[in-house]
Parts: sequence; structure tokens; C-alpha cells
Amino acid sequence: MSEVSVTENADGPAPAGDQLVVLDNVNKHFGALHVLQDIDLTIHRGEVVVVIGPSGSGKSTLCRTINRLETVDTGSISIDGKPLPQEGRELARLRADVGMVFQSFNLFAHKTVLENVMLGQIKVRKTDRAAASKKARDLLDRVGVGTQADKYPAQLSGGQQQRVAIARALAMDPKVMLFDEPTSALDPEMINEVLEVMQQLARDGMTMVVVTHEMGFARSAANRVVFMADGRIIEEAEPNQFFNNPRSDRAKDFLSKILHH
Amino acid sequence: MNVLLDHLPEFRDGFLGTLSITAASAALALVLGILIAGFRVSPIPPLRAFGTGWVMLLRNTPLTLLFLVAFFVVPQILFPGTSPFMLATLALGFYTSSFVCEAVRSGINTVPLGQAEAARSIGMTFLQTLRLIILPQATRTVVPPLSSIFIALTKNSAVAGAFSNTELFNISKLLSDRGFAIGWIFLWIALAYLIITFAISGLFRLLERRLEVAR
Repeated sequence: MSEVSVTENADGPAPAGDQLVVLDNVNKHFGALHVLQDIDLTIHRGEVVVVIGPSGSGKSTLCRTINRLETVDTGSISIDGKPLPQEGRELARLRADVGMVFQSFNLFAHKTVLENVMLGQIKVRKTDRAAASKKARDLLDRVGVGTQADKYPAQLSGGQQQRVAIARALAMDPKVMLFDEPTSALDPEMINEVLEVMQQLARDGMTMVVVTHEMGFARSAANRVVFMADGRIIEEAEPNQFFNNPRSDRAKDFLSKILHH
Repeated sequence: MNVLLDHLPEFRDGFLGTLSITAASAALALVLGILIAGFRVSPIPPLRAFGTGWVMLLRNTPLTLLFLVAFFVVPQILFPGTSPFMLATLALGFYTSSFVCEAVRSGINTVPLGQAEAARSIGMTFLQTLRLIILPQATRTVVPPLSSIFIALTKNSAVAGAFSNTELFNISKLLSDRGFAIGWIFLWIALAYLIITFAISGLFRLLERRLEVAR
């Protein structure tokens, strides 16, 4: 299966992968809580990085700092060589290149599914309506919700909504996709339909940062697993090594709690 | 009874006066109120401070005091020769805008934060996010309080009558000064106000129902 290529990638950067997202010594506090502590993380082009760890370990915050939905206190983050700018037009332009998928979908409630996927293309990319509509329908077909195009988000199941959200992010042709616990709000039987779309994206070579509790996805799709606890990156390894032979006690403890039942 | 029929032109002028002052200042208040609400939620601190100051100043000042400023300070210092209608519209519009702003802001706060985050994540600017995503979803919540605010504005417009504007209150004073029975005058004036306020609540009820269908 894909494990061969995974092993290749694990020893170093992916073959053609230059550095796409670089976090350098990032620190962040929420009041007294030090949520991100000295985070160094480099994500290469075409790489799939899965971030796992216990609740409150700072993994969602880490994901959200990459497109500056959360600001950082110290340290620097750069995307494709450009440091994240201050809030404003410059940042908006950069965010258009970074797809984001949320735990709670966050589809625009007053717009149809099709309009959700078209809006960014028209308003941000300035694509004309016809081209935007065609691309939106193609993407909706690709994630398997093409028949729902004219419904409103509230009329769709959670799994369908999340797939629309993925299509909405893809419509911007992002350089990297961030997934912030994309399946945590879903009923169990809908998790797979979302994971399958993500698997396909990973196979297509999309650069992805995925915060998740889905260990199966981490095993099969990740090039690298990042294990976080208490605001620190405790361990980074390729999935096989991480799951079969974790180095840190904290990771052993975490895995023993989630894998054996 | 006869006071109405004998002075139909005066009543008509008063009614139209109240209607036009109310409409003009409502339009001004709506535009300013939405703008200032945008200021109050904007990421730029000076704009936020301006918005907060605007609301604090105008909402907490007695309307009559604002009229005094509008009629005795504004023409003296800034724009001499401004018509009483214009000055009354400014005073009422500015005053009401602070209430509209707060109603709009409460509407904005009912839209889940995730909507704005999603909009920003696909690269929308603050203005695009506000205009295309937040305000349309806030509208439904804002409509009922807005209806109350505009009904209050209609009744507040009576103050303009004391500042050389021809409107309903002004006409009632004129006729009672001429010695006509005050009971009848008030009855007709009250009915005229009711026509306007009922129209406003009807209009907003219609709006509310339409927004419900459009989800």
C-alpha cells in the first residue's frame, strides 16, 4: 500500500518538497496558560502531517495559528517563504492560499451549498460567475455531494456539510489545507465519508496539516505524526514508528489509553 | 369634529411634515447606525473608539439638548442658513443612529463566530466578511428592535415642531393657541401618529416574515 512511500518520506523531506510552512520558536499564552511552548515545525510541500495529542494540548491552537486565526506572542510563522503579515489585505490574500476546514463546518448558513463554494472564487479570486459555478459543481461532485448543490447547509447531514466545507476550501486552489478536528463533530457513520475525501486529497499530493483523533487516518495517510502534549511537541515520527514504537513515555501513555479497547 | 374639516390643509401639512422628517431621519439613522456598528466591531482600535464614543455621546444626551446644539450651534459655527428641516433631520438622525447601531451590533453578536472565521479563512477582507456574511445573517435579529426604534423616532419627531418645523405637534399647538377645543385636536393628531406607527410596524412585520422564508 502507501506504506512504501511513507517510509521513504520519513527519513527526510518529501522528494520534491521544499519548505511550505515553517513555524519557528512559536509561543502563545491564553492568560496564564502557556498553550504553545517553543514550537518548531516545518511542513514540506506535498507532505501530510497529522497532529495528535490529548485534549487541551494546544494542537487546535497550533493549527489555527498557521493562518493567523490565532495570533502568536513570540516566534515566527511563514508560508511559502513569506512571514504572516498583520491583519489586513495582505493577510487576506495569504489566507486565500491556505484552506481551512473546521470542526463545526462553518458553512455560510444563508447561502446554498453551491454559493458557499462559489463565493470565495468570485469575491476573493475575482473569477467570473460561470467559471466559478462550473468549478464549484466539479468540486462538489468530487467530494460526492453534487446532487445537494442547491440545498442550504442546514438541510445536509454533518458528513455532507463537512465535505462541502472541504470543497469550499479547495475552490481557492490552496497551497496547503488545514484540518482542525474535521471529524470530531460527526456521527460515527459519517466519519468515513469525510476521511475518504481526505485520503484522496492526500493521495493527490495536497499538503495537509490534520489535527485529529482518528488514528486510522494517521496510520494510513500521514507522512509524519506530530504528538503534542501540554503545549509542546513531544515527538515527531513517521506513523509506523510512532504507533508501534513510540519513544516518549507521554506518547506511550497516550497510545495505551486510546488503542487498547 | 369641525376643527379637522375646517383645517384640513394644516393637518395635511402637519402629517406630511411628520412623515418626511421621520423618513429622512430614519434613512440617515439607518445608514449611520450600520456604519457605526461596523466601526464598533472593526479590528482597527481608533474606529472602535470612535464608534463607542459616538454611541455614548448621542444615546446619553437628551434629544432636546441635541436640537438646541443643532439649531443654535451648528448654523452659527458650521453651516449658516441650513433649513430647519435639515437641522431637525440631523439631530433626530444622529440621535437615533446610536440606537440603531446598538441594535445592529446585538444582531452581529448573534451570528456564530465560526461564520466570520470561515469567511476570513477563504481570504475575505473584514468589509467583505461583514457585508456578505455577517450582516445578512444579523438582519433577522435586528428587524424587531429596529421597528421599535423607528416608532420611537416617529414620536420623537414632535420635538422638531418646537424648532420651527411644520409637523403634527406644531399644528396642534398652533390650533390650540387659536382657541380650538384641545380634546378634538389631540384626538386627530394622535390618529395621524397612529397611521404612521402602524404602517411602520406593519412594514417590519412583513419584512420579518419575508426574511423567515428566505432563511
